[in-house]
Amino acid sequence: MKRIDHAEASSHFIKAKDHIEFHDRRLWDLRQKRDRESVQLDEWEALRTLASEIKEHTLTHLADYLEEFEANATRNGVHVHWARDAAEHNQIVFEIMNSRGARTLVKAKSMLTDECDMRPFLETRGIEIMETDLGERIQQLDDEPPSHIVVPAVHKLRADVARVFSETIGTDPKNSDVHYLAESQRQHTRPYFLRADAGMTGANFAVAETGSIVVCTNEGNADLSVHLPPLYIASVGIEKVVPRIEHLGVFVRMLSRSALGSPITQLTSHFRVPRKGTEMHVVLVDNGRSERLGMDDFWYSLKCIRCGACMNTCPVYRRSGGLSYGATYSGPIGVIIDPTFNLRKYSSLPFASTLNGSCTSVCPVRINIHEQIYKWRQIISERNQLPMIKKEAMQIAGKVLSSPRLYRAAVETAGAGVEHLPRFMLYNRLNTWGLQREVPQAPPSTFRQWYLEHRVKNGGRG
Amino acid sequence: MKVALFVPCYIDAFFPEVGVATLELLERLDIEVVYPLDQTCCAQPMANSGCHAEAAATEKLFVRNFAGFDYIVGPSGSCVHHVRDHLTAIPQTPQVTKVRRNIYELVEFLHDVVKVQAFPWASFPHKVGLHNGCSTLRALREAKTSEIDEPYFSKPMGLLSKIKGIEFVTPERPDECCGFGGTFSVFEEPVSARMGYDKVNDHHRAGAEYIVSADMSCMMHQKGCAERLGLPIKFIHVAQVLNGAQA
Amino acid sequence: MSSRHEILDRVRKNQPAPRPLPNVPMFDAGVAASLDAFRTALSRMGGRFVPAADDQDLDAQVHALFPDAKVVCSATPEVKGNRPIDSIRAPRDLHDVDVGVVRAVFGVAETGSIWLSDAEFGVSALGFLSQHLIVLLDPQAIVTNMHRAYQHPGLFTADYSVFMTGPSATADIEGVLIHGAQGVRTMSVIPCRRGARVTPRPTGA
Repeated sequence: MKRIDHAEASSHFIKAKDHIEFHDRRLWDLRQKRDRESVQLDEWEALRTLASEIKEHTLTHLADYLEEFEANATRNGVHVHWARDAAEHNQIVFEIMNSRGARTLVKAKSMLTDECDMRPFLETRGIEIMETDLGERIQQLDDEPPSHIVVPAVHKLRADVARVFSETIGTDPKNSDVHYLAESQRQHTRPYFLRADAGMTGANFAVAETGSIVVCTNEGNADLSVHLPPLYIASVGIEKVVPRIEHLGVFVRMLSRSALGSPITQLTSHFRVPRKGTEMHVVLVDNGRSERLGMDDFWYSLKCIRCGACMNTCPVYRRSGGLSYGATYSGPIGVIIDPTFNLRKYSSLPFASTLNGSCTSVCPVRINIHEQIYKWRQIISERNQLPMIKKEAMQIAGKVLSSPRLYRAAVETAGAGVEHLPRFMLYNRLNTWGLQREVPQAPPSTFRQWYLEHRVKNGGRG
Repeated sequence: MKVALFVPCYIDAFFPEVGVATLELLERLDIEVVYPLDQTCCAQPMANSGCHAEAAATEKLFVRNFAGFDYIVGPSGSCVHHVRDHLTAIPQTPQVTKVRRNIYELVEFLHDVVKVQAFPWASFPHKVGLHNGCSTLRALREAKTSEIDEPYFSKPMGLLSKIKGIEFVTPERPDECCGFGGTFSVFEEPVSARMGYDKVNDHHRAGAEYIVSADMSCMMHQKGCAERLGLPIKFIHVAQVLNGAQA
Repeated sequence: MSSRHEILDRVRKNQPAPRPLPNVPMFDAGVAASLDAFRTALSRMGGRFVPAADDQDLDAQVHALFPDAKVVCSATPEVKGNRPIDSIRAPRDLHDVDVGVVRAVFGVAETGSIWLSDAEFGVSALGFLSQHLIVLLDPQAIVTNMHRAYQHPGLFTADYSVFMTGPSATADIEGVLIHGAQGVRTMSVIPCRRGARVTPRPTGA
C-alpha cells in the first residue's frame, strides 16, 4: 500500500492561491468563534475536565456500558448488531436493507460510514445512496471524500460547487450564488427523503442508561432521514457510549462551541424507540477501537467527540487541507488514529506537525494530541517506517552530536560558506530549505571559539 | 549564584552573538557563569524525529556536562523543553533527574529565579513584535495562550517591557506557530515556508521593525522567509535586547 | 465466537485501569431562566421571537405571519390550521405543509432551544418537512441551561425528542450562512401560556 506523502500533497494545495487563503481564513475564523464562546463560560475549563473524566471513566468500563446500552436499546424495540470491522459493518447494513427489499437510502453525515467505505460496497450491490448533508453531497457528486469532519467541502470555493452541481444536478454553471446553490440542493434532495426505503445516521453519543442515539446536526437532514422512511439504521463506533442522559449536558454544551463557535447545533435529536410500524437498527462497530483501547499511550484518542476544533486550530491542516492526509480522519486527530489503521501507509502523518500543541489546548475532552504525535514518531522510528534519508541523517547526527570532538570538527570550519557545512546539520536537503527561504550565513567563529578567546585565554572577563 | 551556560548547537554554530549576549547579561547581574566546554547538543533533533536510540548518547553527554550545577540556563525554549520534559532516551538516574529539574530557559530564569527588576544599561527604541515560540509558550508556559481562558500573564513581556524606549505592536495571530518545527522545516517545506511567510507578513503589517524572541530557531526560519520576501523586518534575540543591544 | 462476544471480550481485556465517574454540577447559580435571556439566545441562532397578538387569535396571527401559506398543519389545539394532524396517515403526506405549528414542552435560556417530543409533533416529520415552523412556548416553562434541560423526565420516556434551536441552517459553501438547509426555513416562537383561553376568529370572516 502506497505511503501517503503529506508534504507532496500539501504543495499542490498551497499553489491554489485563492483556495488556500479562504481555507485558512475560514477555519481560523471558526477557531476564533470557539475562543469567544469559551470566554463566555466561566466553567469552560471545568467542563473540559468533566468531559474528559466522563469519557475516561466510560472507556475504562466500556464493556459494561456497551452491554447496558444494548439491553436498554433492545428493550425499546431496537435491533442491536455488532460489527468486528468495516467489512462486517457493511455486510450487516446491506443485509438489513436487502432482507427488507430496501433499495434507496438517505443518509446523514457519518465519519464511521466513510471509515468503513460503506458507500461503494452498497452501491455495487444495487443500493442507491443519497448523501443529504450539503457538504457531504457536494463531495459525493464530485467523487471526492470529505475533507473536514464538520464542514466536508470547506476546501472548495463557490465556483467549484457551481461546477459540480451544474455537471450533476443541472444547475446553471454561471450561477455561483451560494443561496442559489444551497436551494438547488434542497430542492433536488427533498424528493429522495420522501420516497427513500431507509434512512441512516451516525451517532454523536449513545446513552447507556436509556439506549438512546443522539445526533447533532444543523441542517435537519438527520431527522428527515429518520422520520420518513420505514427503516432506520444508526452506525455507532463503540467509543461513542456515554453513561447517562445528564452527561449529555456536558457534551452538548461543548460540541458545537468547539466545532463552530455556536452554543448548540440547530438540532439535537434523541432517537430511543422506533415509531410505530417502523424498524430501528443500531450497528455497534469496533474496527480497531478495542485494540486501541489497550494501547497505553494512545487510548485517550478514543475520547474524541468529533468536533473538529483541532483541525480548525492546526496551522498545518489549515494550509494543507484535509485531503492531503489521505485518510477519513485528517488533521491532528487523524494523525494520531490513522497509524492504528495502517502504520506504513500513514507513517508520514505524525511528521505533518510542528508539535506546537494548539490542538491539545482546544480539545474539549482534553486529548493530549501533540504528546501522542510525539510518541507515534518513536513507534514509527522503532518499526523502521522512517524514510531512509531521515533515518540515515539521524544516525549520523546521533554519532556526531554525542562526540565533542566530532561535533567541533563539524562546526568549526573557519570562514566556510554554508555549502560546506556538514551534511548532518542540513540533512542534505539544503536545496529544500533554500527553495523559499534564505539560508543563514555562517559566522566567522562559533560561540565556543569566542568563549575560549574572550573568557578563557585572558583568564576571565575581557 | 553560579550558573552553567547551555548554548544550543545551532546557536553555537550560527548565532554565537546570542550566546555571547546571554553570557554577558548573566555576568552583568553578578552571576558566575560556567561554560562546560564539552557540550554539544541536547539531542532534540533526534528525539523529535522519534529516534530515541540515536538520541541516547547525546543525552548522556549532556547530563555529564551539566551534572553538579544547581542552575543550567540556556537561551532556547525548545531545547530547554526537551531537556525538562523529554530527556528520556537514557535511564532516569538521580543525576539525570537533577539536571532535568535544574534547567531553565533564559527568560524564565531571569523572571522567576533572579527576579530582575530593571535593565538600566539597555534601551531599544524600536517597534517590536514579540514572538513566543510554541515550546516557550505551551510547554514552558511562559505566557497566556489564546486557546485558554486564563488571566493574562507573560514572562517575556515582564522583562522586555522594562526596556527603555521599546514599543510593542501586536500581529493578528500572535501565538500561531511560525512553522519552523525542527526537521519539519525541511521535510514539510511547503507548509513550513507558507507558515513562515504568513508569520512575518503578519508582523510586518502590524508595523514591527524588529521581531524579538527567546527562540532563535524560530527566528532563523522567519528570517529566511523575510529575506526571501524582501521584507525590511529585522530579528533579534531577547538576550541581546536585555543585554543592551541598540539594534 | 460471535462478533458480540469477540468485541466484548477484547474490550474487557484491554480496558485500562478504572477511572472514577465525576459528579456533574448544574452550573446555573445566578443564571436567568428568563424569557428575555431565551429571546436573545434564540435570535442569535436565527430564530424569531414573535409576541402573541393582543387578541390572542393565533390562527389569525399565523395567517398574518405567513399570508401566502396554503397549508397550515397544527399539532396543538390553540391553532386550528387547515390540515388536521390526525388526518395524516404517512409522514410524507406532510410534504406540502407551508407552516407547521407545535407547542414546545419547555425552552432553554442558555441556548434559545425549545424541547419537544413525538407526542407534541403528532407526526415527527412535521418539524422538518414544514417550510416554516411556529412554536408556542409557555414563558413559565423556561429552564436555565442544558444541564437543567437534561433533567427533564421526557428524555427518558419519549420515543423521539429534539432540542430545536432556530431554523435549519448550513454554512457549508464558503462559510456563507444559509437558513433553511434541509429542514425548516424559519422558526418563530410565540410566547403563549399553556391552557390560556384562546378566542378563535368567527368562521367565515
